[in-house]
Amino acid sequence: MTSARFAEPVVSALALFTAALVAMPVLAIALLATQPAPDVWQHLIDYVLPLALRDTALLLAGVGLVALIAGAGSAWIVSRYDFAGRRMLLWLLPLPLAIPTYIAAYVYVDLFEPLGLLHRTLMLWLPPRDALALLPGPRSLPGAILIIGMVLYPYVYLSARAAFQLQSADFAEAARTLGAGRWSIFLRISLPMARPAIAIGLALVALETLNDIGASEYLGVRTLTLSIFTTWLNRGSLAGAAQLSCLVLAIVAALMTLERYGRRNVTTEFSSENPRPTARTPLRGFKGRLAFAACALPVLSGFVVPLLFLVHQSMRRSLLTADAAIWRDAFHSVIFAALATCVALVLGFATILAIRWRPDRWRSLAANIAQAGYALPGLVLALGLLAPVLALDNGMNALASHLGLPLPGLVLMGSGTAAVTAYVIRFLAVPTGFIRAGFERIPRDYDDSARSAGASDLTAMRRIHLPLLRPVLVGAAIVVFVDCLKELPATLLLRPLNVETLATSIYQHASRGSFEDGALAALLIVAASIGPVAWLTRFSDMPRGPA
Amino acid sequence: MTVHGGIAPAIAADVRRGELLEWWTLFWMSSVIVLMWLTMGASQAMKSAVIDKIVPAEYRDPDGDESGISMRARVSYASNDRAKQDAITYEELADPKWKGKICIRSGQHIYNNALFAAYVAHHGEAKAEEWLRGLKANLAQKPSGGDREAARDVAAGKCDIGIGNTYYWALMMNKDPDKKPWAEATKVILPTFAGGGTHVNLSGLLLAKHAPNRANGIKLIEWLAGEHAQQIYADANYEYPIRDGVAINPTIASYGKLKADTLPVTRIGASRKAASTLVDKVGFDN
Repeated sequence: MTSARFAEPVVSALALFTAALVAMPVLAIALLATQPAPDVWQHLIDYVLPLALRDTALLLAGVGLVALIAGAGSAWIVSRYDFAGRRMLLWLLPLPLAIPTYIAAYVYVDLFEPLGLLHRTLMLWLPPRDALALLPGPRSLPGAILIIGMVLYPYVYLSARAAFQLQSADFAEAARTLGAGRWSIFLRISLPMARPAIAIGLALVALETLNDIGASEYLGVRTLTLSIFTTWLNRGSLAGAAQLSCLVLAIVAALMTLERYGRRNVTTEFSSENPRPTARTPLRGFKGRLAFAACALPVLSGFVVPLLFLVHQSMRRSLLTADAAIWRDAFHSVIFAALATCVALVLGFATILAIRWRPDRWRSLAANIAQAGYALPGLVLALGLLAPVLALDNGMNALASHLGLPLPGLVLMGSGTAAVTAYVIRFLAVPTGFIRAGFERIPRDYDDSARSAGASDLTAMRRIHLPLLRPVLVGAAIVVFVDCLKELPATLLLRPLNVETLATSIYQHASRGSFEDGALAALLIVAASIGPVAWLTRFSDMPRGPA
Repeated sequence: MTVHGGIAPAIAADVRRGELLEWWTLFWMSSVIVLMWLTMGASQAMKSAVIDKIVPAEYRDPDGDESGISMRARVSYASNDRAKQDAITYEELADPKWKGKICIRSGQHIYNNALFAAYVAHHGEAKAEEWLRGLKANLAQKPSGGDREAARDVAAGKCDIGIGNTYYWALMMNKDPDKKPWAEATKVILPTFAGGGTHVNLSGLLLAKHAPNRANGIKLIEWLAGEHAQQIYADANYEYPIRDGVAINPTIASYGKLKADTLPVTRIGASRKAASTLVDKVGFDN
């Protein structure tokens, strides 16, 4: 019982620490931004912001639209209709999540640019110049919108699919008796009812789009995130970069508000506890093939094409046998990702457990802050972490020299602590969200029963909560792990400088102009992500009857 | 300490024979990350008489915070069929005769930023602005992609001149059968500044602040500047050695003799902000 008495303060302290950790980079940026950078802003306002704001807005809107059509559309089709190939699509539709945006960009530029596969194919029939004129030009804003949208739509698909499945058949049937047609039911009943879920999916798509640097730079889209990079490194203005970061964070906050707005007026009566699932309409013949094609298109462009490209390049270059370096890079990736996953899981668990044990406003606030880290674009996060981490490093060295000890060096920066911290902050939302949802499904009666049976909170946690939460914990661990493997901007800037991970080695190959040499590394990331994505969607069809 | 990049295996083997270093002693990296660390004040002066002797002064920071360790030139990939000349100046790239015939990546990319900064350092901001406007007017398309795409676009007939670094061309030619036709359709011309040389940009080394093993770090830098390591680096990465007395890789040598610009790297660095500002001002990337 003695250990139990310490448990509560320890858990609360961990929750507080977690909130402080996530808030730290934001505070650091706010602090950096207070330094004056007058000439930066005049310049930005005159020459950079009008265009960067426009392009960023168009990119966000365009990618959102593509993701909405591909994601919600395919979710609707597989939820309401039965057709040949549907079961396979259920498994395939979420898989583009496994393809990082920058990889999709490289692949599509290679395929669709002059002298690429499409051009060479067209040249079989046309003179080269005429064939050139027919190329779609992926290095453009529309190209970026399509490419990024096609790998990010699963966020909308997954959330919309869950929502469509939970909609009870009663609503559609009532509408039908009132004379509504199929389209009218979709547009006026099903879509509005799925609005909250779709809003969450779209918000995730927007955040991922803002996070991207690699793809948009390569495709020639000048986003705000890219302007931060330029202001920081080319114009040498840390303060200006921090101020721009604040602007980006304001946009993020606006997006989150929009998402909240999208979820407004949502009551649980909408979807009854045990929804009566809608019977799927069978589609045969042409209609069935059309439905299949409509859902297969996003899978093809977002997953199959990039995957085949990577496999082809890896085999062609016999990368599968070559170079031990890739296994070393993979080892680094795994170590960093595993460490970050463990820390994120512990902190996420502590944050939610603190609320469970003592629900109050402060603990809820801590959990909300912990979940907000996902909204920080990787570059902004790196910028916000560098200053505090270096200050800590400098402090340790100053202390060591004061005490006459040997200098430890830039230990935090040099050991990868900074990169792991960035992962934890950015992906903490996953375990926090998963565990919060998991706890909600464990009735408080269990806690009370355990307590009345004389068990301490700690025992209840160990004997009741943890076993019941196991699937949630496993799920969260998998998702965080894969997200860490894919992360590029923060890794690039915060990794120990002589260490490559899979993601940074792809980037290095690409920046040396031989992206294909990184195909195996890309393939490893994709392969590692397929399992988890499949795991996430393993309950692809709701069981019939009461759940 | 670990070393990455194309030469890693060769150099790592040599390092293993010597003394092992803590891996955070030394930073060796792409120019962007070097810059990031400089802006954060995370490096310290290395002060090495050996480096001062081997590495020409224009490729070092006088405070000793950074030293170039190898270099590449920023050159033109000219179409074999359509570009009729064998020599070119950077100034000439703004000549209206190239209207719609030049392809280049983003003007804010570090390679172009350095080239444009060198232009500013040579000719002043006003002239540089005029030049950038002229160059912009000559572009066949909005800047995007990488240096490799510049060669690709020339090979496909989108433009006659692409701007890229020397090693990209060598890599396409020697290491990548798919891309070899892109290189084969072009010839590398080493442009010069009027009254100057060819712009080179550097891979640099920094010594980490508070490095616990400072002396060994400096020894390693000195070794990397030595003939043996420079030879490995030049051959594996198709770069120009930073010092005399090391053979240049045959592909790179085939471009002709490099007359590197003697503008000190610190002066280029000091003009980077102006170059970046001008790129935005003339709407180079728009």
